[in-house]
Amino acid sequence: MASAPFTTPKLGPYPVIPLLAVGAMAHSKPFVASPKIQEALGFPGELTEGWEQRAVGKMGELLGKYRSLQVYMDSCVHCGACSDKCHYFLGTGDPKNMPVARQDLMRGVYRRYFTFAGKHFPRLVGATDLTREVLDDWWSYYNQCSECRRCSVFCPYGIDTAEVTMAAREIMDSVGLGQKYANEIIGKVHRLGNNLGIPEPALADTLLGLEEDTREETGLDVRFPLDVEGAEVLLVTPSADFFSEPHVESLIGYAKVFHAAGI
Amino acid sequence: MNALTIAYAALFYLATAVLVVGVALKVRRYAGTPAPLKIPTTPAPTSTAGVALRLTREVVFFESLFKASKWTWVFGWLFHAALLLVLLRHLRYFQQPVWTPIVWVQAFGIYAGFAMVIGLAGLWARRRWVDRVRYISTPSDHLHLALLLAIGLTGLGMRFVAPTDIVAVKAFMLGLMRLDLQPLPADPLLLLHLALVALLMLIFPISKLMHAPGLFFSPTRNQRDNSREVRHLAAWASVYDKK
Repeated sequence: MASAPFTTPKLGPYPVIPLLAVGAMAHSKPFVASPKIQEALGFPGELTEGWEQRAVGKMGELLGKYRSLQVYMDSCVHCGACSDKCHYFLGTGDPKNMPVARQDLMRGVYRRYFTFAGKHFPRLVGATDLTREVLDDWWSYYNQCSECRRCSVFCPYGIDTAEVTMAAREIMDSVGLGQKYANEIIGKVHRLGNNLGIPEPALADTLLGLEEDTREETGLDVRFPLDVEGAEVLLVTPSADFFSEPHVESLIGYAKVFHAAGI
Repeated sequence: MNALTIAYAALFYLATAVLVVGVALKVRRYAGTPAPLKIPTTPAPTSTAGVALRLTREVVFFESLFKASKWTWVFGWLFHAALLLVLLRHLRYFQQPVWTPIVWVQAFGIYAGFAMVIGLAGLWARRRWVDRVRYISTPSDHLHLALLLAIGLTGLGMRFVAPTDIVAVKAFMLGLMRLDLQPLPADPLLLLHLALVALLMLIFPISKLMHAPGLFFSPTRNQRDNSREVRHLAAWASVYDKK
């Protein structure tokens, strides 16, 4: 199979900070959760009339619940210390992947609805109404943050973009714009107790099969217990251990260790 | 008493009230808002003394900024340190007799005036010519720098170009504090300098200048890294802890 043509930049002793490539990553956005997925978590199914006011209301609620968000919305001076620290910026050059610009997507809205300067002089302080365009930017760029918090190491005020990203995603969820991957999985966890959506009987059957295989292989009565009340040890395995090769070998390995340890 | 003196007296009473009350309200909001998550940026101190030391390093040396960008640090620290010396130098207008340390600081305050202007110019140059910083700059970011630069230049102007009657200025300031108005000299540079300072005081609580008190309330900087030792729970979040 022919490999795709990659252009790999050479690594030097110092990082090369890219020039801005406006809009380079504007196309990147996750799948939107369906109404069914959203409603299972108690969120509205989709954006409906008046979502702007509800989003601003939610922002007000979060500002009163998280000191981090309130302080970080006010404190940024646009010094640029974080501007070359995000790997999503370094990798793409998209200016909205600079932590400060990512935060400003929310800060502009915060200023517009919650501050004197933004209410009366929006242009002066970069305040903006919460419109569909702004929401689209949120949807794209708040889903391009991995909440690694590298920027907060370098910020002179410790502003942590992860706090802003989390708030933005919570606000979007609350008005009916949720991320399919995350919300579908959370729904499965609520409904079935695991992220893969494996029903309990199927899981029990898998473990029983492993017990038989292991007995055949070793002649020992190695157990794979599930949901035992009053157990001495709770082991939560990586989800891939239940169904894929060679991960399942790890699961068999844990069981053998526990058996040998006499637990 | 002339109208000019009364107008400037009123302006400074208003500006002082807005500054004090405005910052107090903001700080009350910061202090009153719960911090439900334990998020000190690691490596973080585990003791209260360690937190105090960390915040001191941030306030005095701008430690995080130093790690982030040497140019921004050089100009930013230069400006802030110089501003501190300049402010200390100006304390003589509000004291009679003048404290000895304030007498000592006078000479340094003059050099600091130049350092402050250099620092501001450097920060503005970055805002103008570093494309990343230019991208994130709003008109108000430029105006903040213009305002501070104008305050510095009018101050230096009065010191070196067109001196004003500083004895009368001091009488005016002491008069303000003692509720006994004294005439203010009508020199254009002085009037401009004072008006800009009053403007700075007025916008302080509604602008990014709140970064100064904000730092002390930043959870990533003021929290101890003791989440293993102590269960950290905000009042509103504890509801979810019961089951």
